[in-house]
Amino acid sequence: MQIKTIDGLNIVKEKYLPLVKQRLGHSNGIGISQVMVCSGTSCISGESQDVRRELERELERRNLQNSVQVIKTGCFGFCQHGPIVMIHPGEHFYCRVKPQDVKKLVETHLVNSQVVEELQYQNKSEKVNNIEDIHFFKAQKRIVLQNCGVIDPEEIGEYIARDGYYALADIILNKKPAEIIDRIKKSGLRGRGGAGFPTGRKWEMAAMQEANPKYILCNADEGDPGAFMDRSILEGDPHSILEAMTVAGYCIGAAQGYIYIRAEYPVAVERLEIAIDQAREYGLLGKNLFDADFDFDIDLRFGAGAFVCGEETALLHSVMGQRGEPHPRPPYPAQEGLWGKPTLISNVETYANVPVILRRGWEWYSGQGSATSKGSKVFSLAGKINNTGLIEVPMGTSLRTIIFDIGGGIANGKNFKAVQTGGPSGGCIPAKYLDLPIDYESLKEIGSMMGSGGMIVMDEDNCMVDIARFYVEFTQDESCGRCTPCRVGTKRLLEILKRITEGKGEMEDLELLEELAYDIRDASLCGLGQTAPNPVISTLRYFRGEYVAHIRDKICPAGVCKALLDYTIDEAKCAACGLCVKACAAGAISGAKGEPYRIDPDKCIRCAACVAKCPKDAISKGIRKEAANIAERGVQPGAGSREERAAL
Amino acid sequence: MTQEAYGGQKTQEGKIPAAFMQEGPIEEKADKEKTKNKFLELDRYIDIYTKEPGQLIIILKKAQDIFGYLSEQVQAYIAEKTSTPVSEVNGVVTFYSFFLTEPQGKYTLDLCTGTACYIKGAQELMEILKDSLQIDAGETTPDNLFTINTTRCIGACGLAPIVIVNGNVHGNTSPDEIKKIIRKCRKGEEIADKNH
Repeated sequence: MQIKTIDGLNIVKEKYLPLVKQRLGHSNGIGISQVMVCSGTSCISGESQDVRRELERELERRNLQNSVQVIKTGCFGFCQHGPIVMIHPGEHFYCRVKPQDVKKLVETHLVNSQVVEELQYQNKSEKVNNIEDIHFFKAQKRIVLQNCGVIDPEEIGEYIARDGYYALADIILNKKPAEIIDRIKKSGLRGRGGAGFPTGRKWEMAAMQEANPKYILCNADEGDPGAFMDRSILEGDPHSILEAMTVAGYCIGAAQGYIYIRAEYPVAVERLEIAIDQAREYGLLGKNLFDADFDFDIDLRFGAGAFVCGEETALLHSVMGQRGEPHPRPPYPAQEGLWGKPTLISNVETYANVPVILRRGWEWYSGQGSATSKGSKVFSLAGKINNTGLIEVPMGTSLRTIIFDIGGGIANGKNFKAVQTGGPSGGCIPAKYLDLPIDYESLKEIGSMMGSGGMIVMDEDNCMVDIARFYVEFTQDESCGRCTPCRVGTKRLLEILKRITEGKGEMEDLELLEELAYDIRDASLCGLGQTAPNPVISTLRYFRGEYVAHIRDKICPAGVCKALLDYTIDEAKCAACGLCVKACAAGAISGAKGEPYRIDPDKCIRCAACVAKCPKDAISKGIRKEAANIAERGVQPGAGSREERAAL
Repeated sequence: MTQEAYGGQKTQEGKIPAAFMQEGPIEEKADKEKTKNKFLELDRYIDIYTKEPGQLIIILKKAQDIFGYLSEQVQAYIAEKTSTPVSEVNGVVTFYSFFLTEPQGKYTLDLCTGTACYIKGAQELMEILKDSLQIDAGETTPDNLFTINTTRCIGACGLAPIVIVNGNVHGNTSPDEIKKIIRKCRKGEEIADKNH
């Protein structure tokens, strides 16, 4: 069926609306129940598809397949408690549903209309039945993710029922490109890929170019480790991206779009392929859309695991099948991009905002968020936090709200130490900035960045020097090698950090680190190199005390860096079997059969071989003895002020 | 700017250049037939994808699906069929971490090294893996049973730390569990051997 008019859309919408409406809380008496099974990557890994198949089998067995529909849906965001199943009407929310729970779920809920208590979300001691009552969801505002968890991403009709493709129809039938670009500009939308460039200006720039053909490119190469916003949008609401790209194509005069997606996201790739096929079938991609003189089609291009390809010029090379090495700008991709032609590149989340702006108006959109950053931001919460998952909050929300309200605080009752935003390009933010409203500017000011939206929470057990080393190791590994500051600089940076974590650092290393970090930042060719030292700079700024402890006192306050730990044998537990002596290559363990063994810390090379061999678990590792004394004197993780250091 | 994987010479159905069939150890006839079929399958993809420019990466990906890894032989074959300099094909293969140039073990254990997994103890898991299999990351055990690889974030950070065993994701992996996985894989091998 080819849709050519608004009426065509209306016909599809009418067909799917009752079902979708029920999921939004309307009890419209359509006489059926719907079981939504989360089919995002996280829940799929937790066997949600087995749950879905088992549900279908069980319903068939009970002859209920006509009155109960099982629907695949996108990420609810509550990944920690997956697999998630939601039953409508009534918005009953069940977590950690396993295939073996299905029988009970069907029997109790769908047949006897009673709630299955053991599958409910438990907030401390009280059971929570309704999604609205779960704090994780209450504090959020879902704009971009409005369809995730509501519609079936593999059914275009459900997207249309949520007013999808209406904006596109309206624009092609009634509007001029300049008008739309103006609206995007006025909305204040900024690129969600990290740098925050005003999207409207980018569109304008691409529209102004006279060269033809032009291309639309969607950057779905979410290489930032610990970030999964784009993946969730693509898995939960793929048509919103297709619609936005088509609108962009109409505005700048392009006929071809590409989505550059990572190979690591097989589910998202599959959903996109289905979505593109359906859109073509409905005539929403292809030739003469809405009978106008406008053709637009979208194809997928695959990344093959290279972080640098998230950088737009590197991405261009990769889309053309080459090594993904960046090149200097200008010319900007909007001037000379794919095959030397003007190319508009935006991130997935940026595109996902476009249909919302067009549907609800730029006036509404510009009223959301903070003064300089409009709208909302999707974050992926991960690390040492109770509720890991996907969240969306208005720009300008404080970190405290995100981490302690929505995220439910730090796991296992530990203390918060830092939060890392922006991935390997961002910085670590200490506790003192928890109440800062976050937007593009404020994050930059405190030495981090918005990045694509990954948020990794760290607790007192994480060593900040080790974290800096981890990130530099990552960027070093991913450095494409094209420019020297990044290629050689990050290598040297890593060497110094390794030295420090191994207890071989010198105090001069701190100055060297800083100098080198700023040099790499200033002299690198592309965003990867320019931001690579950020984790080092920010940890040096906020957690200098930890560096000093590693270098001068040879201790790792968090007890992470192996070389700085002491291994001791608990004499009470030791069975004096002598296995550890045989395991020790350094000959550091002494003792005799029948009496407890001892480890000589000066000979010990901290390989932990003895720990693995001990049958009684009598060998423990711990920070060095001096650590206790220093801790008493006031050097705490993160307490890196000059006075405190002077007091030592 | 170069244009690659485009305008490659039309491949003749069923004709595999002899050079590609001769290299390597002397094969059984059945194996030779298998290899030929693999090249024929690759040919079909090359035909599809050379219609558009810039499709080298997807061709390599398909080749890796077919052969398991990209040997020099396969790279040279793709270069010839797509009229791309072999240096360029190799350049692309070595640039992206997704492409493998060594044969893999029967069980590939991919350990996610994303930040969320790292923070939750992926490093410890890696050490257990290395220790119990006596190989380094990126290597294969001498009996061709296990390969340890690291993978970049797969985006299931809610389940960190993650180990992917032959494409199946294991979330919230504890040190004990990873030992169990290794034991299971070893047993699986033994069972398979008995069935032979």
